[in-house]
Parts: sequence; C-alpha cells; structure tokens
Amino acid sequence: MASLIACHECDLLQREITLPPGGTACCPRCGGVLYRSVPEGFDRTLAYMLAAAALFVVANAFPIVALEAQGTRISTTLFGTVRTLHDQDMTSVAVLVFVTTFLMPALQMGAMLYMLLPIKLGLVPRRLPAMFRLVQTVRPWGMVEVFMLGTLVSLAKLAHIARVVPGVAIWSFGALMILLAAAAATFDPHDLWARVDALRRGESNGGAGGGTS
Amino acid sequence: MTAALTAADAGLLACHACGLLSRPAAGHDLACARCGAGLHLRKPDSISRSWAFLIAAYVLYVPANVLPVMETGSLFGAQRDTIMSGVVYLWTSGSWPLALIIFIASIMVPGMKLLAMTVLLLSVQYRPDWRQHDRSKLYRIVELVGRWSMVDIYVAGILAALVQFKALATIKAGPGAVAFGAVVVLTMFAAGAFDPRLIWDPGEKRHG
Repeated sequence: MASLIACHECDLLQREITLPPGGTACCPRCGGVLYRSVPEGFDRTLAYMLAAAALFVVANAFPIVALEAQGTRISTTLFGTVRTLHDQDMTSVAVLVFVTTFLMPALQMGAMLYMLLPIKLGLVPRRLPAMFRLVQTVRPWGMVEVFMLGTLVSLAKLAHIARVVPGVAIWSFGALMILLAAAAATFDPHDLWARVDALRRGESNGGAGGGTS
Repeated sequence: MTAALTAADAGLLACHACGLLSRPAAGHDLACARCGAGLHLRKPDSISRSWAFLIAAYVLYVPANVLPVMETGSLFGAQRDTIMSGVVYLWTSGSWPLALIIFIASIMVPGMKLLAMTVLLLSVQYRPDWRQHDRSKLYRIVELVGRWSMVDIYVAGILAALVQFKALATIKAGPGAVAFGAVVVLTMFAAGAFDPRLIWDPGEKRHG
C-alpha cells in the first residue's frame, strides 16, 4: 500500500513512480500535480526559509516608502499602515492586512523552520503533525506577493502628486516574496514524511543507527 | 475513463493534509495515523458550506462595488471613489497600465470567481458528467487567482497611511473596502470548502 497514492483533486488511485530529478508527476485523469522531485529540495527549502525569516524582520522594521511634499516627509511601515487603518475606524480592514501580510507569513515561516531544522539535525520535533497541518492551513492566506503588487501600484499612483522615496522594506518585501515562492516550489511533503518515517524507524530500533538518514 | 478506480472505490481514505492512504476501521471520527488530521471520504458538507460562503459573497459584492473604497480630501473638495470610478479615473488620467491591473484584480477576478464557483457547484449537483477535465482546471485557476483581488485593499491601506498632508490632501479607506475585503475572504472560504474530487464522483455517491 505504500506505493499507492490517490490524486488529491480527483481521488484516482495510482502507483507512485520514481521521478527523474526535476520531474513532476501529474494525474492522468484530471491533470492535477501529484508530487515533484526537486534535487536537494529539503535543504533548499530550509535555506530559503532561513533567509526569508531574516528578511521578514527587516521588512517589518523599516519603512516601506516615504512621501515628500511641501517640505514634509511621511513614511510608513507595514505596522504603520495597519495602525492608520485602525485609527480610521477601518479595524476589519486593518485586521485583514495584518493577518495576510504579517501573521500568516510569520506562522508559515515559524512552523516550517520548527519542522525542518530538527529533521535536518536528525530529530523528529514534538507535535510535528500539528505543525504540518498548520502550514497547510496557513499557506493560502499569506499574501506577501499581492501586498508587493499593491505597494507598487500605490507608488505609481503617488508619483504624480509627490516625491516618492522607496524605503529599505520595499526591497526586503520583494526579496521575501521571491524566497517564499522558491521555498513553496521546492517543499515536498512526500520527502518530509519519508524522512520522518526513516527517523522514527531509527528511534524504534533503539537509536542504534545514530539518527542520521 | 469509466473504469478508473478511485481511492473511495477501493475503500481507502486519502488524508487531505499529508496524502497518506488509510483503510478505515468501522466508525467515524477517524484520524490519519501519520499526521493526525481528521479523515473524511470527501470534505464534510462540502456543497452546502461552499454555497453558504458563496451566497454571502454575492450579497456583499453589491456594497463592495457601490460604496466608496477610498475617500480623498483635498483643497479642491472631497472625492469618493468606488472601485469602478477609481479604474475610470486612472484610465482617463493616462495611467492605463495601473487601470488595467486594478480592473483585472478588483473587477474581473472577483466577478469571474463568483461565476466559476457557481458553475462548479451547480454542475456537481446537476451535471456530474459534464466536461470534468475543464472543470478541474477551472477549480485550479480559481484557487490560484483569487488572492490577487486583495491588491486594492493594500493600495487603499498604503495610500491612507501615506497621504496625510493636512492642508493639501488626505486619503481615507472607505466602507466599500470592508465589503470588498469580505468578498475576497468569503470566496476564498467557498473555494476552500469545495472538494474538487466531487467533480469526478459519479452521481449517486456524492455525499461524503
């Protein structure tokens, strides 16, 4: 039964095959992507996620953009945007912005690192299944790339009325967007569970194997 | 195509989180042995939950398009822009690339998404054998594209945070932004509640 899988989009049963490096397995009936083979996918996901976490801090600590007109300079960070919306009695919109651009990406990166780092070191982290499900739930709600487009549109709109000075965070958000997309493209849940199963087998054998896979 | 064997036919449940196939013992409230997610043959009450979110989204679609999403106050008086009037303004003022981005993200995508989900739900209920392959593809597009509608919300938020020159101009997000944000979230919930495997299930065993 280990070699059988069901398409998550149409439930068709099929046998798992070994893919050439970089290959993608698609369901013959509905065309949905079943799984991918990414060379060194695990290490690459971990590397992208570590870099993304560092950039995330920078992206939130520095202003995204500043506006200069009539000798005044106004700049805003992501939190500044959220706070302004809240002050304008748009709390629901403020919450939506906060959740999709800060909370969800933060949870995603945190949970991914919580899973990947210990596994890389040969340990199965506590509550791994809950973290895995958290990542699956959170993923559609992190919208850093959409926020990036929104920022660019705002800049283009404002360029008519005032001098626009891009801040450090805009570059950080841009790079963050690319890193998160790269991490999503290289992350292979199949491979993650195969590693976890191997580690668990090692543990139940009395840990004689030393824990590395 | 008719002889295709699904996991459900074989008496197997695929975990929706990690994909592991399990052979269910008798009884309900099953959990995946590997990742602990609840196991269901199909997402529970998929069709009614999806309809509920979708109808709520349709209702809010009206205020989202009628109420202003942005209120600009300047020396020359106040201006209240709905999504559509914002697009028209961008177009006439010569920023047609921006007008196109906002038109696609804020008008075309939400509208198409509401229609696409309606088609998917109706066809699962009344025309199970109709163009299954295309419907699968449609669902994938809906899931992929829906998030981009959030652009306008972010634009309104950033402009409101930046344009606070007391004498010259101030921008406020308007009530339409609340309704519009709700439409985006509700359609994402509707797509998430829908189970694409229903597209391929034969008519009689659709309720899981």
